[in-house]
Amino acid sequence: MEQKKYWQSFGELNDSEAYQQSGKDEFQEQLPFEADNKGLMEAVTPRRDFLKYLGFSTAAAAVAASCEIPVKKAIPFANKPEDIVPGVANYYATTYVQDGDVLSVLARVRDGRPIKIEGNDLSPIYKGCTTARAEASVLDLYDTARLRFPTVNGKEVTFDAADKAVAAALGNVGAAPVVILTTSIVSPTTKEVIAQFLAKYPGSRHVTYDAVSYSGLLLANEATYGKRAIPSYRFDNAKVIASIGADFLATWLSPAEFAKQYAPNRRIDEKNPQMSKHFQFESVLSSTGASADERFLCRPSEWGAIAVALLGAINGQGVSGIADKKLAEGIEKTAKELAANKGQSLVVCASNDVNVQIVVNAINEALQAGGKTIDWTATINNRQGIDTEFAALVEDMNAGKVGALLIHGANPAYSWFAADKFKSGLAKVNATISFSAKEDETTSGCKIVIPDHHFLESWGDAEPKTGYFSLIQPTIYPLFKTRQWQDSLLKWSGATTDYLGFVKQYWIGKLGSESAWDKALQDGVINPAAEAPLTAGAFNAGAVAGAVSAVSSAKKGGKVELVLYQKVGIGEGQGASNPFLQELPDPITRAVWDNYLIISPAKARTLLDIDLNNNGQADKYETVPAKKVVKVTVNGKSIELPTLIIPGTHPDTVGIALGYGRSEKVGKAAKNVGKNAFILAALKGNTVDFTASDVTLELTKETYEVALTQTHNRYDTAQGNRTEVVKEITLAAFKHDPEEIRREREAELKPFGGIENYEKEGTIYPVYERPGIKWGMSIDLNACTGCGACVVACNVENNIPVVGKNEAMRYHDMHWLRIDRYYSGDMDNPNVVFQPMMCQHCDNAPCENVCPVAATNHSSEGLNQMTYNRCIGTRYCANNCPYKVRRFNWADYTGADSFPDNQRGEVDDVVLNMNDDLTRMVLNPDVTVRSRGVIEKCSFCVQRLQDAKLKAKKAGRPMKDADLDVACKSACPSDCFTFGNVNDKESDIYKARTQNPNRIFYALEQIHVMPNVSYLAKVRNSDEPAHNGGQHHAAPAAEPAHHG
Amino acid sequence: MIHLSRFAGKLIFGFTLAFLLQLGNGAFAQDGKALFSANCASCHSVTKKSTGPALAGVEDRWPDKKMLHAWIRNSQAVIKSGYPYAVNLYNEYKIAMNSFTSFSDADIDAILGYIKTEAAKKPEGPTNPDGPVAESDNSLLFGILTLVLAVVAFILLQVNSNLRKLADDKDGIPAQEPVPFWRNKTYIAFVAVILFLVGGFFTVKGAIGLGRTQNYEPKQPIFYSHKVHAGTNQINCLYCHGNAQESKQATIPSVNVCMNCHMSINEYTGKDKLFNAEGEEVNGTAEIQKLYKYAGFTPGQPWDASKATPIEWTRIHNLPDHVYFNHSQHVAAGKVQCQTCHGEINKMDEVKQFADLSMGWCINCHRTTQVQFKDNGYYSIYEKYHENLKNGKFDSTKGITVEMIGGTECQKCHY
Repeated sequence: MEQKKYWQSFGELNDSEAYQQSGKDEFQEQLPFEADNKGLMEAVTPRRDFLKYLGFSTAAAAVAASCEIPVKKAIPFANKPEDIVPGVANYYATTYVQDGDVLSVLARVRDGRPIKIEGNDLSPIYKGCTTARAEASVLDLYDTARLRFPTVNGKEVTFDAADKAVAAALGNVGAAPVVILTTSIVSPTTKEVIAQFLAKYPGSRHVTYDAVSYSGLLLANEATYGKRAIPSYRFDNAKVIASIGADFLATWLSPAEFAKQYAPNRRIDEKNPQMSKHFQFESVLSSTGASADERFLCRPSEWGAIAVALLGAINGQGVSGIADKKLAEGIEKTAKELAANKGQSLVVCASNDVNVQIVVNAINEALQAGGKTIDWTATINNRQGIDTEFAALVEDMNAGKVGALLIHGANPAYSWFAADKFKSGLAKVNATISFSAKEDETTSGCKIVIPDHHFLESWGDAEPKTGYFSLIQPTIYPLFKTRQWQDSLLKWSGATTDYLGFVKQYWIGKLGSESAWDKALQDGVINPAAEAPLTAGAFNAGAVAGAVSAVSSAKKGGKVELVLYQKVGIGEGQGASNPFLQELPDPITRAVWDNYLIISPAKARTLLDIDLNNNGQADKYETVPAKKVVKVTVNGKSIELPTLIIPGTHPDTVGIALGYGRSEKVGKAAKNVGKNAFILAALKGNTVDFTASDVTLELTKETYEVALTQTHNRYDTAQGNRTEVVKEITLAAFKHDPEEIRREREAELKPFGGIENYEKEGTIYPVYERPGIKWGMSIDLNACTGCGACVVACNVENNIPVVGKNEAMRYHDMHWLRIDRYYSGDMDNPNVVFQPMMCQHCDNAPCENVCPVAATNHSSEGLNQMTYNRCIGTRYCANNCPYKVRRFNWADYTGADSFPDNQRGEVDDVVLNMNDDLTRMVLNPDVTVRSRGVIEKCSFCVQRLQDAKLKAKKAGRPMKDADLDVACKSACPSDCFTFGNVNDKESDIYKARTQNPNRIFYALEQIHVMPNVSYLAKVRNSDEPAHNGGQHHAAPAAEPAHHG
Repeated sequence: MIHLSRFAGKLIFGFTLAFLLQLGNGAFAQDGKALFSANCASCHSVTKKSTGPALAGVEDRWPDKKMLHAWIRNSQAVIKSGYPYAVNLYNEYKIAMNSFTSFSDADIDAILGYIKTEAAKKPEGPTNPDGPVAESDNSLLFGILTLVLAVVAFILLQVNSNLRKLADDKDGIPAQEPVPFWRNKTYIAFVAVILFLVGGFFTVKGAIGLGRTQNYEPKQPIFYSHKVHAGTNQINCLYCHGNAQESKQATIPSVNVCMNCHMSINEYTGKDKLFNAEGEEVNGTAEIQKLYKYAGFTPGQPWDASKATPIEWTRIHNLPDHVYFNHSQHVAAGKVQCQTCHGEINKMDEVKQFADLSMGWCINCHRTTQVQFKDNGYYSIYEKYHENLKNGKFDSTKGITVEMIGGTECQKCHY
């Protein structure tokens, strides 16, 4: 049987020249020692240069040595608060809330500074996970671009003066209504505060605006269930899942919650292998699509038709109205599986078209999803905006019918497709008041600005799902002269209490006592006493027939169509000012710091004249950052963007990420990054359509550089021989022959003693004992969805520097943990495997042997230790690392050198901005800030391991799993990491390894580096035959499995 | 003869090296003392009556040693049992003694042993508090010895050469023109090598010592005497530096901790005069007034703690940023005495840095210090080591050192 080929880059697929070269060079460039790029000895005057450098370094050393040791002060508290111990972190339960997105979190506070966000285990919705955006939000607190005081007409004023200005402005509105414009409000108390305010100004109203709206879904539910709400989707109860364009594991509605539900059904019990089946119909490859078992390409204009066809097929009328044969077959197959699992299946759709969503509702009804995989008891409150209401507001504003506009969260001047119209309307409103924490596009047009607190400075509550509450408490005293916007509203509505008092009173009223409130605040969440039974909505099928005919008669798409999608980090643009999120590689494209036009390899042939199967052309496209720029025109509006060729894109569809092209006033990270694609959306019917069915593409002569990290870390395996790194098997094959992977490993290691004796017999080195603890990690490739929460968590925990676009383009990215994306199979619609890759902490590490100064060596607990202060920067270790996980500090990214500001002009402004005194408050004081010229890499969060051990020692008992949590593991929404002490037979890691003898494998096992990170092979629930093994035996071998 | 001169040369070189490599070393490890100062000293003195009775001779006073042990572990239980001596004792002081249920018999014996030696040491009360303790440093002796030997070797070499000349004369070998020793290439080379070695040693030592601040004794905003507090008054270190048990930082106590006692203690009445580093006398009462200024306290009036302002102490012990040091690891888990690293702080008026805080100093201690291997349940996972201790494969007197469980590995302190 032919081996399946895994590839990260087109060069690897084709075994191109550039690819072969890249295997030889660990580093893509020479040391910038001389301008002519020659080494020192080839320079024109080597001897003199040598003496110059010698003289300089001697002089520098002498100067440094003669400096007096600075006198440092130690200033204790005047009155030490009882619960604060300097040097020991406190955790406060609070809630991450941003524009309707909610996550119950714990803020880790060290010496008064929140420095890390962790999930709150007590939340039954999020179950202790985080997201990339929530992890990065702690940096937003220390953002230098935050507004630091209230302003009236751009001038700093006191709160009193601002209040007076507001009172005057609101007194002047006359009969014209006051409008509060917000994003979706999930806080019950804030809703009451708004109601109080509105009561004070009769005729005024509250308008909810979501940048990427779910109006279609809300209105469809109103039409079919009589409720303008979104039910809870229960992916945990679904055996068969079909998604039409919905990226529900990364960006759709409530991704953290969904990932937490989805993952357990994807993990496999080896003794009884079963998993859910996931079909994805989409136009541009998303991380959800990458996780799907079967993925079908479609145009966005076909989403409705697919829904109708699915409905028909489930109802036994067969698939109709689908021209594409592959797609039609896919729909038929999906419908069959869905129908066979009624009550255990679920269909979701990303469309914002009311009719399409009505059809999807009808499908779910037909699948008897109500009360099983769809729950109407607890509705999801994350999105409440209705597009027409906002469109009406814009009309009113332009007609001069709005007296005052109070804006919180919403940023339509950026994210409304007709932003100019909104801006002109804004100028016509007499009193414009913004509560934005930053001077975003909308705030720039407002007269009075009273900046809101960051959520880590705020009081409040949130109700992400009906009946499930999460409380917000401040974790730091407000850094600037900011005020919670609810406080402002209360003040202006004449209330005597402040918002804290309001929240407290509200909850003491609900909970019965102050002590119950204290307890709730400590827990961070208030849950129903018992989970209410799931209920189905009362379905009104009246609208379905109309919707089906409306969808069927909808205009067919043009030649090329467009999907506007969101990236997991940037979202609707909230993440654009956060350097951690900008530098988080997109799970699929692996690009950072930009948005771009995604096209298919087929389209590349016609549009760009690049044939990726042609070696020379693929290399030319792939090896340089400069990409051809294409002008995209939709309805007369156009933007120019560089193009990336991404397999898995529908040939006639292109994709652009939203959230880019923001004003640089929201942060240095947003400066000149990407283009705003919101302008390409349009109001279609009564909802905003984030797809476009008729797009013109026009190749320009320009090129634009995009920083792609996918080709940065090339392993030296034979071309295409990735089965040594990633192992994948289908569920059918696994059931048929569970030991295939194990047998393959056994055969490979046979000459060296087989799996059991490989460690001892595969080497001439002695085998060392690990008497106490031996750390190990196991990663379940089945569960990983590539969401990137772990990557950001790692960055924040370990003070990993941001390097900026230019450095990233030069292969200088610093992430300790990366998520490798592998394609396999058909280039037009490949399978994708995500593989988190970090230092494997090899017991027989090749990096350790080559370090001339022993800066990297092994610990008795199995850690591959990196000692920064010993490192002299030879980079031999990085060169010798088979996994390419070692990172070199090419520049002084962190400002750790003795000479401040020495990197100005050398690195991007955003990197320098990370060295601002304010931004540096985010640094973890337990982890060294590395300076230029040293190597760094994953340490298994050794600071946390040491802490866990110390905790156990102080308690005088052995260390347990509960004592420790590494950053990536605690962040992961799909629990794909297991970490712990392998020597402890009670530990999860021991169990993970021993209970999965048939799926466990080690990357590049055959080179005998003995990694301490093991992987569990990816199992895909598809009918494709097995394709992993070299020798494929018809039946399992007679030899019994030896569970070691 | 040539062999002899080579031998002599080697000898001198060896002595020089021995002289150069002389290193001073000191260690403190007194279990009973540690336990006493950690647990008893806040209420008891050996010689003076304070909250509780003076403890000198306590073993003789108690009729039954067993009952004494029981009393120390849980005094209330003994009183309840109606043991007459205990009841009398309680009636005399009317303060219940804390219970120390975790003490083992060995612990208590160690404490009692310490009390005994301490009582024997000070038969006539507090004595000889000051006065530099003569350090037993043999460097000078070795130096003189080396010099004497060098001179002897030099004379011997000269004698040797003269004898050879005589012998040659006798044999009739024509004598060469005698070279005076200061032009003798061997001597010149030898002196050059010595100078290089000595110079190199001091250069390297100086370079290594850059940034180290042993004996650093800055002037502090308040003349706070550890000798008065921890020495004379026997206040437990952890009363003020309690964080040392919980946190990486021991932390300097906040003003409110000082005021706990100094609300009532507003003058210095100690017998010993206080002297600063320059030898000038310091007025203790005036220093307490300085504290009041920071605290915003006027004696005789109620204190409003919110008026207090923090004191800007000068930090003495500084570790580089790339070193992770955790006090609680050493104090709570390792049961290391404060004095091991900070010196006899209870004898210092103003604190000075006792150790050089170099990595070599840390490592040396990690190599020799035993972990609480048998007492701490954490170490139960080292099954093999326990076995080796039992069957004698490991020297049980040396026990399990920090090094043996990986305590000298890089990432125990650098991450």
